[in-house]
Amino acid sequence: MAEHNHKDEVTGVDTTGHEWDGIRELDNPLPRWWLWIFYACVAWSVVYMIFMPALPAPPGFEGFTRGLTGNSERANVAQQMADLQASRSTNFDRLQNADFQAIENDPELFRFAIAAGRSAFGDNCATCHGSGGGGAVGYPNLNDDIWLWGGTFDDIRYTLHVGIRSDHPDTRFSQMPAFGRDELLSQAEIRDVTQYVLQLSGQSFDAAAADRGAATFQNQCVSCHMEDGTGDQAQGAPDLTDRDWLYGGSADQIEATIHRGPYGVMPSWEGRLSEPMITALATYVYSLGGGQEAGGDEMGAGGQ
Amino acid sequence: MSQKKGFFQGIHAKFLERNSLILTVAILVVVSIGGVIEIAPLFYLNSTIEEVEGVRPYTPLELAGRQIYVREGCYNCHSQMIRPLRDEVERYGHYSLAAESMYDRPFQWGSKRTGPDLARVGGKYSDEWHRDHLINPQSVVPESVMPPYAFLADAALDYGQIEGHLRTNRLFGVPYTDEMIANAETDLEAQVDPFSSGYDDLIARYPGAQIRDFDGNPDELTELDALIAYLQVLGTMVDFSTYEAEAPENQR
Repeated sequence: MAEHNHKDEVTGVDTTGHEWDGIRELDNPLPRWWLWIFYACVAWSVVYMIFMPALPAPPGFEGFTRGLTGNSERANVAQQMADLQASRSTNFDRLQNADFQAIENDPELFRFAIAAGRSAFGDNCATCHGSGGGGAVGYPNLNDDIWLWGGTFDDIRYTLHVGIRSDHPDTRFSQMPAFGRDELLSQAEIRDVTQYVLQLSGQSFDAAAADRGAATFQNQCVSCHMEDGTGDQAQGAPDLTDRDWLYGGSADQIEATIHRGPYGVMPSWEGRLSEPMITALATYVYSLGGGQEAGGDEMGAGGQ
Repeated sequence: MSQKKGFFQGIHAKFLERNSLILTVAILVVVSIGGVIEIAPLFYLNSTIEEVEGVRPYTPLELAGRQIYVREGCYNCHSQMIRPLRDEVERYGHYSLAAESMYDRPFQWGSKRTGPDLARVGGKYSDEWHRDHLINPQSVVPESVMPPYAFLADAALDYGQIEGHLRTNRLFGVPYTDEMIANAETDLEAQVDPFSSGYDDLIARYPGAQIRDFDGNPDELTELDALIAYLQVLGTMVDFSTYEAEAPENQR
């Protein structure tokens, strides 16, 4: 303690009293601003513990101190979600069981449905169908007027509900056999049918092979794709005579498709999205450009 | 302040700073006060343990897939935790529960999202989509910056160590039974083959397990099978149609 009062000659400040090879340490007090912030933090922590959930119960007791506010993040988010639903409820209630006519005739509701549908599409659908609904190989383009399971508003809404080959009990379902992998047709037969399909779609083809393939097509393919190859939306069987191909339209791609029998899956959205949101999505998809008018035929919601 | 300074100065300068062993012990004492206050309650605090119906240990195949997820560093870009915030619940679904990662060793919560959160990705996309996407992400999402993982489709899954893997998890508290461990290999093989004889046993041991060929190549059990099986189970174990989020015991 003898050196305790040693003052540094230059600054006139006390030193801490120890010395290493002639080097001494100034004993300046902590900066005031720092010290007061520190004290404020300590005080704040006490205030926080009083108002917010903070301390765990000691061993043998349940729970924790809930604080004067009883704040709960989970309760907060439940409240926020409820508020959100409430703020949308006017329009969502009207969307609940609306048909397209009702939505279309109400410009405000239509705008709301499109906006809600676009946002839900970005989160849930764009990963497969593309940001603008343009699709990809194996994932249908939603902008064109070609529909596997029907393109009316009700068809689209029903597809959103049940999905395609999903785990929903009423899912839309059809299956093209894997003609090659399961050895239902020989390699040669598949090549011939491929030529016939090329002929159907107006591409260049080998006439002799296509003639042979026509017989196989009549035996194997017409029950779904129809005699003339135009397909059947009730069964989800695509039209083979157009130039639009889900899995590619080159000879190689068609052959591969016949070989493996595609099995595209779309999830059912019934449990994931609310009823009005599905209607909003259907409105958005229907309005992308390719929506079909509901005709006189039985292609409505129940038509599988 | 000047009187107090003398006291502290005496202690630290004369005594602690000149006895390194005692200084070390003193540091340990100070640090462990903080440690004890932070860590000790976790061992007895019941409110940190949330019991939720439906959460089960991963099947051997899912566990193998999880290992690939970790190995490839998926966590660098994908979190697995939906926070209780409005925007997240709107986008990803119900916020994550602690119980949903109770059998994760280690957990994959994360906070960095270059890609989307994956806590509820299970069932959201088809197996075929996952296949296309892992092999070439840009084929389905042109704007994606995710690198391709095409090699997974060709890499045979090495599951020789799966029994030991389950056993190690049990060591860390995952309730794998002796039966589960003994049958790990057959369970793993059964999960990719809906026609196998092990189907019923697998379902009995791991309720709700999804059994199918995940990678579209029934001839081979690949790393892609395992990874897709893991992705398809994420966030699907708890049935939120029956979970009572509003119940007081769940409001924490």
